[in-house]
Amino acid sequence: MGETDKIWNILMVGVGGQGIVLASDLLAQAALLSGFDAKKSEIHGMSQRGGSVFSHIRFGKKVYAPVIPEASCDILVSLELLETLRWTAYCHPQTKAIVLTEKILPASAKEYPSGIETEIKRIFADSLFIDPASLIPKIKDKPYLNVALCGLLANFLPLGPEAWQKALEECIPPNYYEENWRAFKEGRLLGCK
Amino acid sequence: MVFTTKLLSGNEAIALGAYEAGVKVGTGYPGTPSTQILEVLTTFQDVYTEWSVNEKVAFEVALGASLAGVRALVTMKHVGLNVAADPLFTSVYTGVKGGLVIVVADDPDMHSSQNEQDSRHYARAAKIPMLEPADSEEARLFTRLAFELSEQYDTPVLLRSTTRLSHGKSIVKVEDLKRPILPQPGFTRNIAKYVMVPSNARKRHQAVEERLLRLSLAIPSLPFNLIEKQPSQVGIITSGVCYQYVKEVFPEAAVLKLGLVWPLSLEQIRDFCNHYENLFCIEELDGFFETELKAFGFKVKGKELLPVTGEYSPSIIKERLAGYFQTKPVDHRSRQTQASLSELKLPPRPPALCPGCPHRTIFKILAELGLVVAGDIGCYTLGVMPPFSAMDTCVEMGGSIGLAQGIELAEGPEGQSKAVAVIGDSTFAHSGITGLINAAYNKRTSVIIVLDNNTTAMTGMQPNPFSGQRINGESTTAIDYRLLGQAVGLQDENIRLVDAARPEEVLTNLKELLATKRLSLLVVKGPCMIWKRKQKK
Repeated sequence: MGETDKIWNILMVGVGGQGIVLASDLLAQAALLSGFDAKKSEIHGMSQRGGSVFSHIRFGKKVYAPVIPEASCDILVSLELLETLRWTAYCHPQTKAIVLTEKILPASAKEYPSGIETEIKRIFADSLFIDPASLIPKIKDKPYLNVALCGLLANFLPLGPEAWQKALEECIPPNYYEENWRAFKEGRLLGCK
Repeated sequence: MVFTTKLLSGNEAIALGAYEAGVKVGTGYPGTPSTQILEVLTTFQDVYTEWSVNEKVAFEVALGASLAGVRALVTMKHVGLNVAADPLFTSVYTGVKGGLVIVVADDPDMHSSQNEQDSRHYARAAKIPMLEPADSEEARLFTRLAFELSEQYDTPVLLRSTTRLSHGKSIVKVEDLKRPILPQPGFTRNIAKYVMVPSNARKRHQAVEERLLRLSLAIPSLPFNLIEKQPSQVGIITSGVCYQYVKEVFPEAAVLKLGLVWPLSLEQIRDFCNHYENLFCIEELDGFFETELKAFGFKVKGKELLPVTGEYSPSIIKERLAGYFQTKPVDHRSRQTQASLSELKLPPRPPALCPGCPHRTIFKILAELGLVVAGDIGCYTLGVMPPFSAMDTCVEMGGSIGLAQGIELAEGPEGQSKAVAVIGDSTFAHSGITGLINAAYNKRTSVIIVLDNNTTAMTGMQPNPFSGQRINGESTTAIDYRLLGQAVGLQDENIRLVDAARPEEVLTNLKELLATKRLSLLVVKGPCMIWKRKQKK
């Protein structure tokens, strides 16, 4: 398979209410605007009520399945620390993991499990941890963390800034656009070390 | 034609296709994964939409509109079609005037459902054509064509979706369109066709059989099925999202992709199958095609290799079929290994009642009182989860009230008031009220607890007959619980409306009602937190 035929597989995961759907809409839209075929898939309804959520985004020259085949994910974007580990079946050892170290205690647990970061580092050769506490002051408010992570993700994808900007314009209500674009740009800076 | 490309979900594309077909009336009852179709359709100009009280009524409204000459769309989830099955079967006899399309969205793997029934059986049982698109663009086109097929063959048409189609997004061509100019509507009396007394229905049944035969003979010339012949030993018969999975892993496979999943064309299937040594039916849920193809006499494999339960994926199809192909399946991985699974035991994160949900109160109380709780379908079904674990049954929409009555009967006088029903406002309107009437009529004594959060929350905040609002935000009448209770024959003191934010009052009222040993209605009011937040925006 030539590089031009490459299908990019991005898996976004987190907890219901963190904004996975919007973040994945942005990515898929940016891919479409960059001239790629794009598909995405997620789940609505009961599973969204505080449960584990995910969105598969795929883009390339021609995409068939709306879901990522196992062990094929290029970049795993996780908005919650331990959720990162729930989806490793979709990953291979070279999958890049972008992890927001947000900790949301599952209702089934008394305390948050320890050793998660170490385990992520063991499984993923390439992992990037983002502390929400250091990011929030720069982007006004928590609701835009999802968009900030899209900004970070943008560093690793063949999608131009114009496509992202246009995707933001199309996916976000006009009066929230400026703040989101700022969050996106702050996120993008995190990838430039 | 001028068009732009857009990423649309299957549901958005179905709404667009219906609009493009000139649909005038859209009805339905919310149900994951079908809900967004009507929500999108309601944003278009010149289309009447409604959330009906339930799927049966939604179907009847759409059928009436069709018989009076306009194109009508009705949407529901798979279990909703059970509710609408009665008008479905006989509408096939009456036929249509304006095109009538019924969208039914199945939920393999039960992401948000109580069972994973395969709606294709309804097409065969009701003798009605069924289409199944494989991506959003097909969803748009098939919906548009479904209206034409409906009018051409004088039959309602089912359009089947699944969760991955409805909630997946793919590219759709959005044309700069003009809606078609359709004949002037109006109801024309046609007793022989529309009044299904036995003498008329016998003739109509003949017509239904003739129509289905005529359609099956026409299939090779219709645009729904796709034959991709290849120099291969393997031929695959598939439909819907499974087609995408097959193409993902076996792009070289010969495929008969059925867009019209019922009826089937023996001629077309024979023409395809005769070319290939190894034939496989790749279909989620039941072996529907497999059964039919075996009845035609073809040697096909299907469910002996792949499961009847859950969703399929590219991975499972690759794993189970790879041995039958000479070339290796496509592997998109940059490396041939899977990441190691975590050695840590992760705490599960199942869905749960929202932390700020006012209806957590009642489940805490029910758990403490140790009552038998007949539950129902909605967010509040999550009362079964820890820390409450306060639910003993959940079967179908509106079922709690009937089940509580049966439990009471079986337990005898000792069991009086031990079983309570817990049901949400939208579900109560959908099909709980008939259960309440039955309880009053037959002198049962349960306490029926309605959890009123002012919206249909689980499916994403749709108004309902108790919330005083229509689908488009327009205000309307709201059912008065007290008058309703009185009308079915409850005593006034057995009808209580309490505030979920006052747990002591909820508890006191529940205890008092249980002590009366008479049929009671306890309405616990507390608006959904998510709904409230959305109102502020």
